[in-house]
Amino acid sequence: MNFLVCISKTPETTAKIAFTEGNAKFDTNGVQFIMNPYDEWYALVRAIELKEQHGGEVTVINVGPASNDVVIRKALAIGADKAVRVNAEATSSVMVAKNIADHAKAGNYDIILTGKETIDFNGSEVGGLVAAYLDIPFISYASALESDGSKSTVTRDIEGGVEVVEVSGAFVVSAAKGLAEQRIPNMRGIMMAKKKPLEVIDATSTEDPCSVVEFTMPAEKSGVKMVDPEDMDELVRLLQEEAKVI
Amino acid sequence: MSVLVIAENPKGKFKKSAFEVTHFGYLTAQALGTECIALVIGAVEDPGQLGTYGAAKVVHIDSYTGGFDTTVYNSLVAQVADQTGSDVVIVNHSANGKALIGGLAVKLNAGVVSQINSVPQLDGGALKVSKPVFSGKAFAHYAINTPNKVLSLMGNAIPPTEVGSPCAVENLSVDIPENKVIVKEVKTVDGTVPLPEAELVVSAGRGMKGPENWGIIEELANTLGATTACSRPVADTGWRPHHEHVGQTGVAIRPNLYIAAGISGAIQHLAGVNSSKCIVVINKDPEAPFFKAADYGVCADLFDVVPKLNEALKKALAQ
Repeated sequence: MNFLVCISKTPETTAKIAFTEGNAKFDTNGVQFIMNPYDEWYALVRAIELKEQHGGEVTVINVGPASNDVVIRKALAIGADKAVRVNAEATSSVMVAKNIADHAKAGNYDIILTGKETIDFNGSEVGGLVAAYLDIPFISYASALESDGSKSTVTRDIEGGVEVVEVSGAFVVSAAKGLAEQRIPNMRGIMMAKKKPLEVIDATSTEDPCSVVEFTMPAEKSGVKMVDPEDMDELVRLLQEEAKVI
Repeated sequence: MSVLVIAENPKGKFKKSAFEVTHFGYLTAQALGTECIALVIGAVEDPGQLGTYGAAKVVHIDSYTGGFDTTVYNSLVAQVADQTGSDVVIVNHSANGKALIGGLAVKLNAGVVSQINSVPQLDGGALKVSKPVFSGKAFAHYAINTPNKVLSLMGNAIPPTEVGSPCAVENLSVDIPENKVIVKEVKTVDGTVPLPEAELVVSAGRGMKGPENWGIIEELANTLGATTACSRPVADTGWRPHHEHVGQTGVAIRPNLYIAAGISGAIQHLAGVNSSKCIVVINKDPEAPFFKAADYGVCADLFDVVPKLNEALKKALAQ
């Protein structure tokens, strides 16, 4: 089976969030970048596990500049076989998805995996976009995925529970917690990653129907008000009269 | 032009999210000087009630009786948008809504922004929308420049408000494509409000010491009519079910009130809850980072405080 895993580069979870150029751009100064955790821990690892069961190949794809190669090499070190980087700045979900789909059209992939969302823009858009460009089904927020190569069974998270679905043929799936266990690359993996192919291709689309005009920060919390543990009547009063939430 | 909202009807009934998206569609239509049409797919009790929340009419596709399949839903929504001349399509940022937005954007050749949290505004030829980014640590303001737009609405962003009376229900003739995805089984917990929709949430973490101690949390939730949640370590060790886990890798929530007992407040946990309107933290460690993100704090042993809070609430709510 052949797998394509879409990986994104995101600021690390604890990174300081600040903006520059009149609050129109994310300030990358001093920010450490990582592979988007849902892409790495769940989508990539499940693809590798299924390849280990059935044979085949895992390709990772990223849209971004050469500085993203660090993240791509990590995916190769974890166990992907080869990588493709679309050499362009990722400007929107539509632009990223269009480029991934254009590559995938020629790729003969059985399953295309993404994370359920990125931890920066929290969009959940790319998976559905890629599936629609390729005219194949999309299944979101998978916490389990089994496949025999032609028929696949996916458990997807829904409000208050799960839904189990069956799909035949190629599809796109977005990965949530539970789909796989995080793998840490070992020394052998890291050494091998340096020799694995990383193909750099030109963007096929720069379409960008939505643009960020401005970023703003939420209003600062006015600070915590501590309540005497012996006086829970006071906490209830505050919740009723001050916060007005009950 | 009009605004088309998709009202979800799991198990044949509307939930709060259906009223939210309808009312939000109504407010959006007002801002754009047009009307809001609500689309319902599959069997549902009383579709016309959406008029109460601002729908000018309801389009009901009751001929489709299969499960959720993005291929089918995206085709139906696109056909209805075409027949009703809708140029803005809004879904809930729910499990199904998130699964639809990308495909809808392609079908309708539309710009797409997910998880918007305020009513869109016209700005010249562009539509301006905003959404939380970086797990709630900032907001991004977008300009959408395409004639068609696809949006998903963040949960609990606006209160569903009654503004009218029940409206007409119309059946449109549409082609139903063949299912690509077959739903084999739906397993949900009945009787409680699912976390993403809950207005009141009582959550607990490792400070509970073990699953056998959860009774006090459930009693407190019961008194409030709240949904229970937990931190990641608690779900990972199997003390509580996976679907209760809130935080970055679990469910992101935005209730009016979030009470956290025995949760230290790691940044990954905060990422899932920091948009809550009011946060109460109960922790015996004065250094717990969660206090910095809280509105109200109680620094004491949760095994003393939680039952006391429960009693105080019972007393106040009985009045």
